Amino acid sequence: MQLIACPWCGQREEIEFSYGGQAAVAYPADPASLSDEQWARFVFFRDNPKGPFAERWVHSAGCRRWFGAVRDTRTYEFLSVGPLSATTARPSVLPEATP
Amino acid sequence: MSRIEGYGRIDRSRHVTVTVDGAAYTGHPGDSLASVLLAHDARPANTGVKLGRPRGIGASWTEDPTGLVQVEEPFPEPMLLATTLEATDGLVARGVNGQGRLSEIPDLARYDRLHTHGDVLVIGAGPAGLVAARTAARRGEDVVLVDDRPTAGGTLTGTETIDGRPSLEVVDEIVAELRASPNVTHLQRTTAFGHYDDGFVLALERRTSHTDDGGLARRSRQRVHRIRAGRIVVAAGAVERPIVLEDNDRPGIMLAASARDFLHRYGVLAGREVVVFTSDDAAYAAAVDLHDAGATVQVLDARPTAPAVWSRRCADRGIAVTANTHVHGTRGPDRITAALVGPERREVPCDLLLTSGGWNPTAHLFSHVGGRLAYDPSLGAFRPAAPRPGVEVIGAADGTFGLADILRRAGGAGGADDAPHADDEPRDPTAVLWRTEGDPARQFVDIQRDATVADIARAVGAGMTSVEHVKRYTTIGTAHDQGKTSGVIASGITAELLGLPVEDLGTTTFRPPYTPVAFAALAGRERGDLFDPVRTTPIHDWHVAAGAEFEDVGQWKRAGHYPHPGENMTDAVLRECAAVRTSVGIMDASTLGKIDVRGPDAAVLLDRLYTNMMSSLKVGRVRYGVMCGNDGMVFDDGTVLRLADDRFLVTTTTGNAAAVLDWMEEWLQTEWPELRVRLTSVTEQWSIVAVAGPRSRDVVGAVFADLDVSNGTFGFMTWQDTALDGVPVRVARISFSGELAFEVSVSAWYAAAVWARLLEAGRAHGITPYGTETMHVLRAEKGYPIIGQDTDGTVSPHDLGMAWAVSKKKPDFVGRRSFSRAQNQDPRRKQLVSLLPTDAATKLPEGSQIVRFADDGRLPAPPVPMLGHVTSSYHSAALDRPFALALVKGGRERIGEVVGVPVAGELVAALIGETVLVDPEGARRDG
Ligand SMILES: [Zn+2]
Repeated sequence: MQLIACPWCGQREEIEFSYGGQAAVAYPADPASLSDEQWARFVFFRDNPKGPFAERWVHSAGCRRWFGAVRDTRTYEFLSVGPLSATTARPSVLPEATP
Repeated sequence: MSRIEGYGRIDRSRHVTVTVDGAAYTGHPGDSLASVLLAHDARPANTGVKLGRPRGIGASWTEDPTGLVQVEEPFPEPMLLATTLEATDGLVARGVNGQGRLSEIPDLARYDRLHTHGDVLVIGAGPAGLVAARTAARRGEDVVLVDDRPTAGGTLTGTETIDGRPSLEVVDEIVAELRASPNVTHLQRTTAFGHYDDGFVLALERRTSHTDDGGLARRSRQRVHRIRAGRIVVAAGAVERPIVLEDNDRPGIMLAASARDFLHRYGVLAGREVVVFTSDDAAYAAAVDLHDAGATVQVLDARPTAPAVWSRRCADRGIAVTANTHVHGTRGPDRITAALVGPERREVPCDLLLTSGGWNPTAHLFSHVGGRLAYDPSLGAFRPAAPRPGVEVIGAADGTFGLADILRRAGGAGGADDAPHADDEPRDPTAVLWRTEGDPARQFVDIQRDATVADIARAVGAGMTSVEHVKRYTTIGTAHDQGKTSGVIASGITAELLGLPVEDLGTTTFRPPYTPVAFAALAGRERGDLFDPVRTTPIHDWHVAAGAEFEDVGQWKRAGHYPHPGENMTDAVLRECAAVRTSVGIMDASTLGKIDVRGPDAAVLLDRLYTNMMSSLKVGRVRYGVMCGNDGMVFDDGTVLRLADDRFLVTTTTGNAAAVLDWMEEWLQTEWPELRVRLTSVTEQWSIVAVAGPRSRDVVGAVFADLDVSNGTFGFMTWQDTALDGVPVRVARISFSGELAFEVSVSAWYAAAVWARLLEAGRAHGITPYGTETMHVLRAEKGYPIIGQDTDGTVSPHDLGMAWAVSKKKPDFVGRRSFSRAQNQDPRRKQLVSLLPTDAATKLPEGSQIVRFADDGRLPAPPVPMLGHVTSSYHSAALDRPFALALVKGGRERIGEVVGVPVAGELVAALIGETVLVDPEGARRDG
């Protein structure tokens, strides 16, 4: 069983973690302006590379926090972990947070 | 008797009696079941799985492909090796003809697991492992040492000399030092059976197998050690490789080193008239030792010349050695009586034929983690090809066979120069010989699988060119021993038949477990009640006492219905439904998921996640909400209570509570980290009691005297806080039945007491406890879908007829864009409708297909077009008939249409209708 280094908790066994798919798939800024196909690309399509892949993981059975990781899909080796970067622009059409 | 005085490490002062195939045999503590049998010149009544030929004992440990027994006492277990079973008093076993039998009585033994961490795990306590473990221990490392045999020392027989002393003395000394080291965990009878990523190894410890009473009262029978170590040292030794020859499956044919092991470990001479057929030096040690113990021995060496040193030792003893000679077959009615030697097949009488074709490094645990093995032509075997970070392979497991070399390198691996010393022995190279000339149909490669050279030839003839395919076609290497002796030979012979070098062909992949592991050991204590956690509500004991039949919802036990004596489920549910619709019922809804959503941006988050608007909800009010995924399909539903400007309480379906919290956290953390919101599960903290029915106002009003429960003050979809004896209580007017109803929330500690008060207050009205079955019927009569029952991940709010719950004001929310996709606009999408079987009698089975009638009222010709399926189906007390909910293509367009539902071979007609069948005007909800 693999060890995964949660950026907050350190190394824990993989069963404590859940996979969150490809990282840095930004929620579209204005979904209404997208064609059906563009929207479907966002909802249904993800990369599937052989080699290093930027992914989202969550320490489900631990601190419950999400983090980013680069993992080699050939060896399962985690090349790096860290907080999710601000790669996902907040969609402008969503309700605004109160100031 | 073949027990030899002066040999063996058994306790001859004590006796044990074992029974095999009905006959009793006496042995000694320290014996294996196999050694007891061999001491009596006996064998289990085994026959091969396909051909039914007799089988004996072919090796002395886990590599034995043939000596399987079914244990009957102390506990029935199938397919165990007589060689690995320790002889204990009262052991009862019988031979197997290829198939074992599972126990029919429950296993009362305990199995458990233990986590262990260390700097280094050494697998194997032979000379290499012992030295490596000692070196690490002396360096102050935390060491775990495991070994599968009852005692340490590996294949050392005691005849070797280490540091000028008998080898086993040195073993005892090292073991004593390790035992005394506080930083060493040393486990014998413990098999490392699986090696996984990042230094993780599973090992099975047999804790009671050597005690007469099984020791079950005091300790667990087996224990799985979950060992995590910074560095893994594989010192698992090697397994001798037989030479395949015609009729090599007969009893009385054994690996040379195993015969030597039987002699030195158990004091048992496996035969009196011995032929040793070898292409490797090590078998000479067996020849010499068996001779010295009283056997008549001759050696046939397949190599052009016999090794000089060994030839001299043999000559000193009068052991005949003939070089350049093959054994081609065997003879015997059952057990071997002669070896057929040379091309002329000269009969050489013997009762034991030992073969040795060299050694296969036991590199399984290196291979498990992806360690690459490569063929070494000097060994005729596969050995580790390239190092793997964190894993060292030492000793015979790495293909190092001389004791002097093994000790030297094991010490070196630990970086110490205090390794014990042994003198170098000259060693002639092994000649690689997979098989001799003979009838391929009687040359057994995997003796347990009855798979022969002819079977490999058939596989190759069928076009297979990969060993993995040949393995699956012939089943070679798939038995209990996983091809420990047959795997490499199968590769060698396949390569020969294909005309390829073995190195190009490779070998099959080793996978865990190294030796068979009982499921009970893997399950550990997680069986019976502990198999899966069971969640019960604080009112559970009351439900049990009331005779409830429970329904499993996820891990929760929910009261399904409360049958009175003589009632079946249908009767009970009809009675409970009628009570709610005519008077008052009470239900434990504590299992609903509850999430506290708190923070200045709480309303913003909910607006983004629910299809409807939550920010406009006023404090004190309740709103039903639907959540969708990005694909616009319904994911969950529930009610939202606004507790304060910055605080909401969200309820979820029982089964989805964790998933909804995860979903909200995911969006909050990954997409909108700037929102100031905190999410907390309060499912376990709050219990909810639903009081439903026209008399519910009387009941709730009587219990909570401070509450004005009148419709004017306490309107539908509002909540109020009150207290009962100083305990805070929240009451909400929420209805999942269409009746006037209240949901009473209280801290879980007081739930049973509140339940009792409500029951007491309701007694005058005949308050009736109802369960989830009744709740399902009541909600279906109102057309309320159950997410996950009436939906399946392809159903949108619009499909459910819930366009009213989808905000048109909000610019965006999760799933919104998908609603306008062309696919979502398709009028032929499946939509939720009701179905009334026109015979007013048939309850349509849930999951039934819905089809269109042909003009003659029969099923149309295949392929029958499917219109949809039944999602919920019940008897209705209110309607006095069965009804159903269904997803039907273009369902709302078809309202008024009659469709067919095949039930038990008959086509039942059913009328499509609106989903709300009871009180469509909603007149009952205010009482
Ligand atoms: Zn963590």
